[in-house]
Amino acid sequence: MSDLEEFQAQTKEWLAQNCPPAMRKPLRSEADACWGGKDFEFTCPDQKLWLERMGAKGWTAPQWPREYGGGGLSHEEAKILKQEMAAINARSPLLSFGIWMLGPALLKYGSEEQKLHYLPPIVRGEVRWCQGYSEPNAGSDLASLQTRCEDKGEYFEVTGQKVWTSYADKSDWIFCLVRTDRDAPKHNGISFILFDMHSEGVSTKPITLISGKSPFCETFFDSVKVPKENLVGTLNKGWDIAKYLLTHERAMIGDAGGGLFGNRSIGQLAVDSLGTDAQGRLNDSALRADLAGAEIDGWAFLLTMERMKDEAKAGPKTAQGMGARSSMLKYYGTELNKRRYELMMASKGMGALEWEGEASQDGELPRAWLRTKANSIEGGTSEVQLNIISKRILGLPGA
Amino acid sequence: MALVLNEEEEMLRDSAKGFLKDKAPVSALRALRDNGDALGYSRELWAQMADMGWAGILVPEEYGGIDFGMVGAGLICEEMGRNLTASPFLSTAIMAVTALRTGSDEQKQKYLPAIAAGKSVIALAIDESVKHDPAQTAMTASAHGNGYRLNGEKAYIIDGFDADALIVAARTSGEIGDESGVSLFIVPRETSGLSQSRTVLLDSRNYAAAKFEDVDVAGDALIGTLDGGWAVLQDVLHVGRAGLAAELLGASQQSFEMTVDYLKERKQFGAIVGSFQGLQHRAAHLYSELELVKSASLSALQAFATMPAMAGAASALAKAKAGEVAILTANEAVQMHGGIGMTDEFDIGLYMKRVRAAQELLGDYAFHADILARLRGF
Ligand SMILES: Cc1cc2nc3c(=O)[nH]c(=O)nc-3n(C[C@H](O)[C@H](O)[C@H](O)COP(=O)(O)OP(=O)(O)OC[C@H]3O[C@@H](n4cnc5c(N)ncnc54)[C@H](O)[C@@H]3O)c2cc1C
Repeated sequence: MSDLEEFQAQTKEWLAQNCPPAMRKPLRSEADACWGGKDFEFTCPDQKLWLERMGAKGWTAPQWPREYGGGGLSHEEAKILKQEMAAINARSPLLSFGIWMLGPALLKYGSEEQKLHYLPPIVRGEVRWCQGYSEPNAGSDLASLQTRCEDKGEYFEVTGQKVWTSYADKSDWIFCLVRTDRDAPKHNGISFILFDMHSEGVSTKPITLISGKSPFCETFFDSVKVPKENLVGTLNKGWDIAKYLLTHERAMIGDAGGGLFGNRSIGQLAVDSLGTDAQGRLNDSALRADLAGAEIDGWAFLLTMERMKDEAKAGPKTAQGMGARSSMLKYYGTELNKRRYELMMASKGMGALEWEGEASQDGELPRAWLRTKANSIEGGTSEVQLNIISKRILGLPGA
Repeated sequence: MALVLNEEEEMLRDSAKGFLKDKAPVSALRALRDNGDALGYSRELWAQMADMGWAGILVPEEYGGIDFGMVGAGLICEEMGRNLTASPFLSTAIMAVTALRTGSDEQKQKYLPAIAAGKSVIALAIDESVKHDPAQTAMTASAHGNGYRLNGEKAYIIDGFDADALIVAARTSGEIGDESGVSLFIVPRETSGLSQSRTVLLDSRNYAAAKFEDVDVAGDALIGTLDGGWAVLQDVLHVGRAGLAAELLGASQQSFEMTVDYLKERKQFGAIVGSFQGLQHRAAHLYSELELVKSASLSALQAFATMPAMAGAASALAKAKAGEVAILTANEAVQMHGGIGMTDEFDIGLYMKRVRAAQELLGDYAFHADILARLRGF
C-alpha cells in the first residue's frame, strides 16, 4: 500500500468511528452550522463532540502546520480527507472566518508569537473572529476607509465605524483595517490590527436582512485601546495583507458555489416536486433544460476549483496570477449559486414561497435564496471581480 | 489524478504547437477553401503528421503506433483548433482507431499499421439525418451468403469523402430507436453499390454523403459482435466528443486571445476600446467561461485512462460546455471587432464557422445536456 492509500484507509476508519451520526447530514443553512467561539450555543451534543474531535486532530484546518494546531496534511492528503468526509456525508465541523481568512493572512504576515497565540484557538473553534473591512463610505472602494487609529505611545486608540460586519455581535475578536496615516495616498496609510470585541468602546447594532435574519451589524469604535503588539505586519502596510486575505475570502465564497450545503442535484429536488414523464424525464421540459445547464456549469466549476488547486500545487510555472484567479472563482461561483437557488425556487413553485410554518421550517428555502443574493456583493461585488480579471489577468487598460 | 499535464504531455503539446503554427496555420485552411480543394485537407500534411506519430497516437505499439493516449490526442486537437487545421486526425486517428482496437486480430493487422503510417484514412458513418442521434440508425445489414448486405444512406460523414474505408453503423435487428441491434461494419471505398458525394459545409472541411445499394461485404467486415455494436459505438463517440471538445477549446482560446489583443489596440473616442468597462466585463466573463471549458476538457481526456467508467459522462460534459462557450466566444469576438470582424479577409469569421460545425458534430449542447440530466436523475 502506498502512503496515500494507507492514509486513506486510516482516515476512513477514523471518520467511521469518530463522526457522530447527527453530523452525517448535509448542512441546511448557515444557522445550522457550527461557528465556534466563547459564547457559541451548540445545536446538539454531537455538534460539540464533532468539533472537539476534529479540532484535536487539527482537521478543521487540515493543511495548517502542526506547530500551530493544524493538521499538517499535504495537498493530496487534504483532498483525501475531503473525499472521505463527503463519502459519509460528514459536514464541516466548523465554519470560521478565522480559518478561511485570518489564518492564511497570519501564516504569511504574522510574527511567530502571533501565530502561536492566535492560530491554535482558531483550529479548535474556541475563538470566533469577525471582519472589520467595510465602512459606510468604503465599500467597493475599500481603500478609502476612514476608521482612525492613533499611536498613543503605550497603545493604539481606534475610533470610527464599520458596517456589514458579519456576526460582529457574536464574535470574540475582530481583524480590522484602520487608517494610521491620514496624509499618505489612500493605499499607503492603512494598517491591519486585531482586537478583542469585548474591549471598552466597542458596540454593535444588528441589521436585519431581506431574509428576515440579522447576521450582520453596524460596528462602532469609540476610543478603543488596542495593545501595540496587536498590529500585524508593518505599520501603514496593511493594504497588502488586506488584499491577500481577500483572495482567500473570495476563494472560500466561490467554493460555496460548488455546493457547501449538500450535493444532491437540484434536478432530483425538482423531480420530487413535479414528477416525471414516462421516460423518467422531469415534467417541465423548459425547467429541465435550465437545470441541466446549471448541472453542467456546476460540475465544470468544481473541476475548475480542483484544477486551480492542482496547478498551484504543481508550481508557480502554471499557477500564474493565482490571486487574481480567486476573483474568477468568486465571480463564477457566486453567480452560479444564485442561479441554483433560483432553480430551487422554481422547482418548488408556490411551496417555495412559504415563509412561516413547520412544513417549510419557517421558510428555510426562500430565506436561503434571499441570502444568496449577497454572495455576489460580499467579499467584493461581481463587478469588482470582473474589473480585477480585466486588469490583472487580461491586461486591459484603466480598469 | 491531478488536473495538470505531465512532462511528456507538455512536450507533445509544445511540439504540436510549433509544427501546426509552421505547417498548418489558418492561411492553409484559407488556401484549401479558396482553391476549392477536392479533399478539404492536404494528404501531404497528413503524411507529415503521421511521421510525427500523430496518426498512430492511439495505435498500440505492436501495430506501429505510439499508444500515447487520449490526453495527447486531445492536446493535438486543441492545437488544431487554434490553427483551424484541417486533417483526418479526429475521424481516423481517434475514432476509427478506437473502433478497430476492439476488432479481431486480423482486422487490427489489416488496418492499424496502415493508419499509423498515414496511408489509410477511415471515417465513421453514423448519422443519417440533420441531428446526431445514433439510436435512430435506420440503415440495415442483413445476412447474405457468408457475409452481409447493406442498404441505406449516411450523411455528414466526417472526412468520409474519398476515405479508404468507412466504418458503418447499421441495424441488424430491433427497431429504429433501439440501442441494441446496431452492428458495426468496415466497408472499403471500392465496394460495389457504395456511392459517395462530397458535402460542402460552411467550415470547408471534408464531409460526405454515402448511399449503400445492396452493398455486399464478407463476414469479416463485422467489427465486434453482431447486434452488439452499441457499446463500441459509444466508446468511439466518447473519444470523438472529447476530441471535438478539445478542438473547440483551442479555437475559442485563439479567437478570445485575438479579441483581447484587438481591444488593446483599437482606439475610438480617443481611448483604447479595451478601457471601456462594458467590453471589459464581457471579456472577463468569457475568460471565466473558458476556464471552465479547460477543466472540463482535460478532465474528460484524462478519464479514458484513469476513470473509464466516467469517460462517457465526462466527455458529454466537455462537449456540451465547450460547444456552448465556443458559440459565445465566436459571437463576442465578431462583435468586439466591429465591422472588420465581418470581413472574409479577417480570420475571426473562419473560427465562427468552424465552431458552429464542431459544436453540432456528434451531438450539440441539448443532446449532451439530456444525457447528463438523465444521469443525474431528472
Ligand atoms: C451578507 C453580507 C456580508 C458581509 N460581511 C462583511 C463583513 O463581515 N465584513 C466586512 O467588512 N464587509 C462585509 N460585507 C460588505 C461587503 O464587502 C460590501 O457590501 C461590498 O464590498 C460592496 O460594497 P457596498 O455595499 O458599499 O457597495 P458599493 O461599492 O456602493 O456598490 C454599489 C454598486 O456599484 C457597483 N460598483 C462599485 N464600484 C464599481 C466599479 N469600479 N465598477 C463597476 N461597478 C462598481 C457595485 O458592483 C454595486 O453593484 C458584507 C456584505 C454582505 C451583503
